[in-house]
Amino acid sequence: MKHLTAFNRAEQGHILTPRLETPFHDRLAALSETNDWYSWAGYKAPHSIFDTELEYFAIRSTSALFDISPMVKYRIRGTDAARYLNRLTVRDVVKLGVNRVHYTAWCDDHGHVLDDGTLFRLGEEDFRLCCQERHLPWLLDSAGGFSVEIDEETAEIAAVALQGPTAFAVLEAAGFAGIEPLKPFQLAEFPHADGSVMISRTGFTGDLGYELFAPANAALGLWDRLWTAGSGFGLKAIGYDALNRARIEAGFIVANADFITAETALRADRERLPDEIGLDWLVDPEKPYFNGRDAILRARAKGTLKHVLVGLEIEGNIPAEGAIVYHRGKKEVGLVTAAIWSPLAKRNIAIATLSRPFGASVTDNLWVEIYAMRELRYQKLMKRARVVPRPFVKLDRRAATPPGRF
Amino acid sequence: MKKYDVVMIGGGHNGLVTACYLQRAGLDVIVLEKNAWVGGAATSRELTPGFLYSNCSYVCSLFRPEIMRDLELPKHGLQVISYEGGAVFTRDGDYLASYRDHDSHRREFARFSKRDAEAYDRYARDVTRQCRFIQPLLMRTAPDPFSFKPRDLQEMLYLARKFGDFSPSEMAATLRFWTMSISDFLDEYFETDVVKAYLALSGIIGTALGPMSPGTAYVLLHHYMGEVDGSVGAWGYARGGMGAVTSALASSFKASGGTIRTGADVAKIMTHRGKATGAVLADGEEVLGKLVVSNADVKRTFLKLVDESALPERFVHRVRHFKMRGSSGKLNIALDSLPEFPALPSGSSCIRGDLHFTDTIERMEKGYDDWKAGRWSADPFVDMMIPTTLDPTMAPPGKHFVSCFVQYCPPKVEGNEWTDADRDAFAETVIRQISDYSPGFRERILHMEVRTPREIEQEVGLTEGNIFQGELTFDQLLFNRPVPGYAQYRSPVRGLYICGSSTHPGGGVMGAPGRNAAAEILRDLRHAPSHMSSAHDVI
Repeated sequence: MKHLTAFNRAEQGHILTPRLETPFHDRLAALSETNDWYSWAGYKAPHSIFDTELEYFAIRSTSALFDISPMVKYRIRGTDAARYLNRLTVRDVVKLGVNRVHYTAWCDDHGHVLDDGTLFRLGEEDFRLCCQERHLPWLLDSAGGFSVEIDEETAEIAAVALQGPTAFAVLEAAGFAGIEPLKPFQLAEFPHADGSVMISRTGFTGDLGYELFAPANAALGLWDRLWTAGSGFGLKAIGYDALNRARIEAGFIVANADFITAETALRADRERLPDEIGLDWLVDPEKPYFNGRDAILRARAKGTLKHVLVGLEIEGNIPAEGAIVYHRGKKEVGLVTAAIWSPLAKRNIAIATLSRPFGASVTDNLWVEIYAMRELRYQKLMKRARVVPRPFVKLDRRAATPPGRF
Repeated sequence: MKKYDVVMIGGGHNGLVTACYLQRAGLDVIVLEKNAWVGGAATSRELTPGFLYSNCSYVCSLFRPEIMRDLELPKHGLQVISYEGGAVFTRDGDYLASYRDHDSHRREFARFSKRDAEAYDRYARDVTRQCRFIQPLLMRTAPDPFSFKPRDLQEMLYLARKFGDFSPSEMAATLRFWTMSISDFLDEYFETDVVKAYLALSGIIGTALGPMSPGTAYVLLHHYMGEVDGSVGAWGYARGGMGAVTSALASSFKASGGTIRTGADVAKIMTHRGKATGAVLADGEEVLGKLVVSNADVKRTFLKLVDESALPERFVHRVRHFKMRGSSGKLNIALDSLPEFPALPSGSSCIRGDLHFTDTIERMEKGYDDWKAGRWSADPFVDMMIPTTLDPTMAPPGKHFVSCFVQYCPPKVEGNEWTDADRDAFAETVIRQISDYSPGFRERILHMEVRTPREIEQEVGLTEGNIFQGELTFDQLLFNRPVPGYAQYRSPVRGLYICGSSTHPGGGVMGAPGRNAAAEILRDLRHAPSHMSSAHDVI
């Protein structure tokens, strides 16, 4: 039991700034033309910087800088780190080499997804787990019997995503020598100022892109280095709204937007097994025991999976966000959780959760009901929807190694 | 001699709620209140010029919005204002604040433990899940599990179905939750003493149990299932003090044609051949009614007002053993200026919320040990609020009304009746504790009202000064409240009903017992309760 003495009395004044500024905030604030901020986990984060439409095209045509510092980060170190993470998460961590990253998920005892995230293997016994929600009690409780140390390092580590076709060119111009051979999901350390920056070839856009992690106090220097180098390559700072369009095109899901995480669900029927949110491919039944394994495999064997997350292509051009999905235009079978008109695919796309068998074995005759508010009148549209594979947009430049310069 | 349709004994909030609903159904209702004012334990009293005291209950959250709407209470002056967090002061000069902003709340907990900071959401989710289960039960009559009446069977089925919606692990969690101690429950989530002390408070308020006593987790739930305008778990102030709730009810009642007689102390409930016929006042006057409804607690009603000879033996036995057990007292203080708390940064919002000075569960439990020995706690826990930081109507500008709820405070002092000297010593214990954290507090006091269980019973009529008209322990809830077989607001005497907090779903200024009692009475009269909203959906 911890004694009641606050170890951090100096922090009493935190209430005066309920919205914290990220390590990059000075630069974002200076660039912001729209002054359109929201709270991302208690940090000021931009919806947009100058124009969402144009910011989106920066991602797809030149390159874009997006501040991901508010993303929750845990550092997991120790001789049992790999074994611990293998018990925690659904994917096989043994297969994750040093200096590699993989997308993964972790579940409660019932196999319900607690969160999804990316796991970075920084060393043989050194990992970083990045995610949307906070899980310290879960991570600590799971650590019993393992020799690991777990630290929450969200505030200490600044992170920025550099995404788009000129992303590599920007890094090259910024003098990150040796970035060229980096393959998707690979990471490496590069010297920066007095220390170093960790760069991984990862991202949330389905495009060529990198994510850079540095100590918070090195953030502004890192930003300036990229910004200066980017001037010849159309580099723009962007907000979440533009990124969100890119991530939908890439078919990525967002916790507590496209599914409800098990620890926040007030309604038990909102909890989801990995197979119910399109993460079945992460689950490795061959690896040693992991949390939720039995429940997931039992549901598969018994065929008791209740939901399925699918990509939809919807006729017409009106985005179907929040729309109800019907079978034969009558029976309600699900909900669209994210939708846009894709400028890159020239298709009306959506991510939806459906009740099985709809979306799984029954995929014909699906419809979505769109309420388009047009000058104070709803235009009610019933549009045909087709289940299509994700990603909606596949770009060769994402994985090309060595990467192209534009 | 005039014969009313309904004689209501007691003008507390539940009595007034029942009276309002019955009057609006077209019945002729008279409310008899012994005091010169109505309100029971929801009052605003001007005991010193210029200051209004919420001198019993002091915050509002549980009062059902359906009732506010049905009875048009906003039109009759009721306003409930949300308030900000609050703080627990620690003995080493720091504090743990509670903030409305989710991220600030987390950062505040993180000053003590990063783990506890991130555990709060899971805790809140689990408590909220339990609330969502129980909330719909508040506005329904508890079914009698041993009855084969279609209605009881239907209600049991409803309960079973609600429970059946749960997964096996949720069912297990619910059963554990209803029987656990708040201390054990909190241990499953948190590691820091002050965090647990802060959250444990709701588990023991008004209850003669310690935080380590089984059953206290449910009491926490009872305090969590209120809301302010849909914000579940939030608490607010009634503008103008808690009397605003009952004065709005009284105004609504009168507007629909009801009669209120204050200064009418009921001495007896008259019965004739097993049926209630009216009430006899202390001065011998008889008030006749076709039906009699008692807002008094179950002990006062059946052990004092009704002749025991008119009641079945086992029923009386049950009533006698219904646990009241007063456990709390109250200090209402008029202050010359806003108290200072050097531990708080200047301008802190905490002062507008509830302030506590008990930073460990062990200290609470020791306070309970004193109660068991028949003494008030030497180191009591105090729930202190300064509503005048948000409500300009309760004190002159710059001056403040301070409400201090104090626990534990026994109904008798080591087996003897309270004396004035005991009462003053009790108050001194509390003032000394506050002064430890707020130097100069004593010097600011302009007037003070001290209420031990003795004063609460004498004035409000609550047996043993129990604020809930009977403890909210699992053995006294649902179909066991107050007496098995009589949990549906009826009694062994035909035409006599009870509508106070002794009945399901229990205490707090909730109004649900009063509303449910009215529904049962109207059912007996075969009167469709079309003017009563059913519970808002929990979706």
